[in-house]
Amino acid sequence: MNAPALSAVIGQPVSRVDGPAKVTGTARYAAEFVPDGLAYASVVSATIPRGRIRALDTSAAEGMPGVLAVVSHRNAPKLPYLERDQRPPVDPKSGDQLRMFQDDKVLFNGQPVAVVIADSQQEADAAARCIGIAYDETEPTTTFDPGRGRPPSEETAKGGRPGAAGRGDGAAGLAEAATTVDVTYVQAREHHNAIEPHATIAQWDGDSLTLYDKSQWVQNVVVEIAHVFGIEAGKIRVISPFVGGAFGSALRTWPHVTIAAIAAKMTGRPVRVELSRRQLYHSVGFRPHTLQRVRLGAAPDGRLTAILQDAAAQVATYEEYAETTLQPAETTYSCPNVATAYRLVEMDTNSPCPMRGPGIVTGLYALEAAMDELAVALNVDPVALRLKNHADINEKTGLPWSSKALKACYETAAERFGWADRIAAPRSMRIGTDLVGYGMATAIYHADRAPAEAEVILFANGTAVVRTAASDMGPGTYTSITQIAADELGLPVEAIRFELGDSTLPMAPVHGGSITLVSVGSAVAEACAAVRQKLEALTGEGSIAERLRANGLDRLAASAKASPGEETKRYASSAFGAVFVEVRVDEGLGTLRVKRMTGAYDVGRVINPKIARSQCIGGMMGGLGMALMEAAEWDPRFGKVMNANLAEYLVPVCADTPALDVTFVPSEDTVLNPLGAKGLAEIAICGVAPAIANAVFHATGRRQRHIPIRPEDLIGT
Amino acid sequence: MRAFTYERLDGDSAARRRADTTDSAYVAGGTDLLQLMQEGIAAPRALLDVSRVGTDGVTAELDGIRIGAGTRLTDAIEDPTVAARLPLVAEALAASASPQVRNMATIGGNLLQRTRCLYFRDVTTPCNKREPGSGCPAQAGENRLNAILGGSAHCIATHASDLAVALVALDAEVIVERRNGERSIRLADFYRLPGDTPHRETHLEPGDLITAVFVPIAATGLSSRYLKLRDRASFEWSLVSAAVALKIDDGEVTAARVAAGGVGTVPWRLPMVEDRLLGRTIDVATLQLAAEAAAEGVDPRPGNAFKVPLLVNAVARALAAVADQELAR
Ligand SMILES: Cc1cc2nc3c(=O)[nH]c(=O)nc-3n(C[C@H](O)[C@H](O)[C@H](O)COP(=O)(O)OP(=O)(O)OC[C@H]3O[C@@H](n4cnc5c(N)ncnc54)[C@H](O)[C@@H]3O)c2cc1C
Repeated sequence: MNAPALSAVIGQPVSRVDGPAKVTGTARYAAEFVPDGLAYASVVSATIPRGRIRALDTSAAEGMPGVLAVVSHRNAPKLPYLERDQRPPVDPKSGDQLRMFQDDKVLFNGQPVAVVIADSQQEADAAARCIGIAYDETEPTTTFDPGRGRPPSEETAKGGRPGAAGRGDGAAGLAEAATTVDVTYVQAREHHNAIEPHATIAQWDGDSLTLYDKSQWVQNVVVEIAHVFGIEAGKIRVISPFVGGAFGSALRTWPHVTIAAIAAKMTGRPVRVELSRRQLYHSVGFRPHTLQRVRLGAAPDGRLTAILQDAAAQVATYEEYAETTLQPAETTYSCPNVATAYRLVEMDTNSPCPMRGPGIVTGLYALEAAMDELAVALNVDPVALRLKNHADINEKTGLPWSSKALKACYETAAERFGWADRIAAPRSMRIGTDLVGYGMATAIYHADRAPAEAEVILFANGTAVVRTAASDMGPGTYTSITQIAADELGLPVEAIRFELGDSTLPMAPVHGGSITLVSVGSAVAEACAAVRQKLEALTGEGSIAERLRANGLDRLAASAKASPGEETKRYASSAFGAVFVEVRVDEGLGTLRVKRMTGAYDVGRVINPKIARSQCIGGMMGGLGMALMEAAEWDPRFGKVMNANLAEYLVPVCADTPALDVTFVPSEDTVLNPLGAKGLAEIAICGVAPAIANAVFHATGRRQRHIPIRPEDLIGT
Repeated sequence: MRAFTYERLDGDSAARRRADTTDSAYVAGGTDLLQLMQEGIAAPRALLDVSRVGTDGVTAELDGIRIGAGTRLTDAIEDPTVAARLPLVAEALAASASPQVRNMATIGGNLLQRTRCLYFRDVTTPCNKREPGSGCPAQAGENRLNAILGGSAHCIATHASDLAVALVALDAEVIVERRNGERSIRLADFYRLPGDTPHRETHLEPGDLITAVFVPIAATGLSSRYLKLRDRASFEWSLVSAAVALKIDDGEVTAARVAAGGVGTVPWRLPMVEDRLLGRTIDVATLQLAAEAAAEGVDPRPGNAFKVPLLVNAVARALAAVADQELAR
């Protein structure tokens, strides 16, 4: 395919095509489908961190009004849980996924141990409370003790999360440095807390299974459930037209999907499982509690001589979720000597999982905070230090970047923010009782692309349908892909309907890792080109509608597959950005407010500036929450998140939202994909937390080496 | 949630139908009770809705101001009498919850909301308040939100209401309808310290219906400040709050009313602070010395020790703000 024609709609701030459906309530989410005879499930969670179920008394529950069945390890079908030939990228590479009701073992507090199915949700919930469980407890391991950290397994290491990586000689680089920093940072366990709770409706029709699910990857749910139940993938259909936010929590196929299918099988009714807010904290994953040590060495001129970064992250005992936490140490800056060490700390907890900017945002927090400490130690401007160490190529792979406009990001953001007004010395800027701090950080998130397929159908009434099994968890995929199709077909946006979220549609990759637009968008563009070609081959002229009718056709369809090619071996691709923040700290009251934030981003070609800005301000607020509020309050005595609700697990609210300034620097990456775009999702949360932490230091002169930074950290002096 | 019956009371039926069994409960806005029911913390079999029994509205009376128990928080905030004569109450309410919650929540319900202690709210853990005798994991657990004043070995749960803090500073009374008539209880005597019976939170008797709160005339029309500190800028209970109302005549403090929220197992009046103000001439040192008395008797835990300096500073800041208002008057 050639570069896209001069476009009319791409680049325009088109309003969300799914917006009216969402704000009028007609958009249907997983829990809102109502198949005939729908029954409701209530999941019973274990209340101990480790042990066995000694006795399970379901008699009271079974006799309660409306109750259809109580399912546990005592009566659940034995499921094969077949190993997949290759595990999907969203699943941990080693260990075993949690198996539903297959034995009496309890591996963490909150593990599903039974499910009640009833005619109504209320009846199911009431009966679930009446199930009596006696446990034999074993001594649990519930503390996050980095000393117990162990290297990741071989499979995990092969999957890009090695125990050790780097280049050159880290120790030597540190030894030769004129200036060094050696600092340790801690990041709290964080939960996604999307507005829509996870939910699945399972419906069997003979041996065919339909699942209405909250999912970022419907086709993977098919394969996963096929393996869990040992049935043919062709017998399973997964439907997920709308996802009310996910941030990575709906990448995997979680146990409740299996529970829904078991429950539906055993009752002969379609069954809905909707997790409560409290259950979400132990039923789907989370961003793991992570401790990092960063050692940096620099020559007198500020050139980095060494980056040593170690991370220890919590992990479940049954399954090994690991992150690319230490990748930024290898890719963000030019440095001859890099050494990273990654450790996993097993705990009796549910398994962590990707959360927006997985791994990268964690590693970048420590790296960018340490860079700020280095700038102070060297007495150089933090931006100047970063420019001095700009990575002209990806030094991890030795490949050139397919595009990189990071310097423009620094320059643009610094200019718009007014960085030049910053007085370098900490505690030197003040307004009334507030200390004022300016901080900044680099953002980086690798830009990937995966194979995808799409189908386009033109109709004789002048409309078109675009179909692919992608998801839109909220970033605006419905809209941006529609814009691409509109340009390719020369049709107005209103004439195009984009169908997604159904596993029977053409193949689409996981809706995660910021790859959807470049992957699915490229396939849609190709399918459009293919159908255009078919159209051109028809006789006659005029509009699409006229051409079809002239040929006696009511429709014309074409499909295409688009895949990344050799360029991935010759180039490294990444989105970049620079984030600048002003904070106000009132030390007397321990109050910290972010006053304003400026981000400049290199995300390649911007398909829809309005939606792109929304992505960025959402990411900025996610980063603000990460820096100042979000933390699971874990009680090791119970092995449990104690603030598992939205009143006490704090995320920023409107009143916390500062002035947010987002700019996209001119950029186009036609190496990564013909559209010239790069991913835009994860990048927006990257760098925000360290920029805030750095601003807090600038304001107060005190380093806070953990996030979130809260009033107890700031009060005093 | 357990099955329950629902009955909406009006002015007449309220006199006959009483939530006077352990299985029944009044419901007003439902913003707290429904959470408790969903979580399995409360499981009444009968709900009696008192939101339409005619106890809403604010009236200025000769000897004080009466706010009906059924008044929605939003309506109380917007009421001109409250705004003009009880600015401390208006400010405390405006800093409570969110607009959506305030549109539903009532004055009476607010005073009886249950604690936000993480262990009280999670039925899988012990809690003496929820299950007497089961223990208090907050003592050595996640107690960042818990009390530094008024606690016992059995319970250190804070009282969560902001309104109650403002009202206790203003010597408010709670008007209660009992079967055999109406009575008024000083808010200062309304709540019980946890002691070894933390599950008993007030001096209400079964079936008691709160009809109003009453603020005596002497406590109205004062310059005041409700300073609320929390992790985020809105929609969160107090980590620490300071309620201050002062009258200063010719530079001398003639009325001082000071209370704190987020720190006590009950809304916490600070008489020691008041004593160090009354009759004194206002200056920076006096205010600071007075504020420091706020920390009298604190018993912090590792997770909430930060509340001690926060409390002193919040009181100092609120005192200074009100003193400025008064001196500018
Ligand atoms: C997300 C959230 C945030 C919040 N933030 C704050 C905050 O920052 N500050 C704050 O102070 N509060 C806050 N609240 C609490 C809120 O203000 C209370 O839930 C509300 O005021 C309770 O009033 P209600 O009418 O809804 O009571 P209900 O939930 O209906 O009842 C609460 C209790 O009072 C009893 N009751 C109600 N009316 C009467 C009566 N007339 N006589 C006798 N008993 C009665 C009920 O039986 C029940 O036990 C918050 C609540 C939520 C949900």
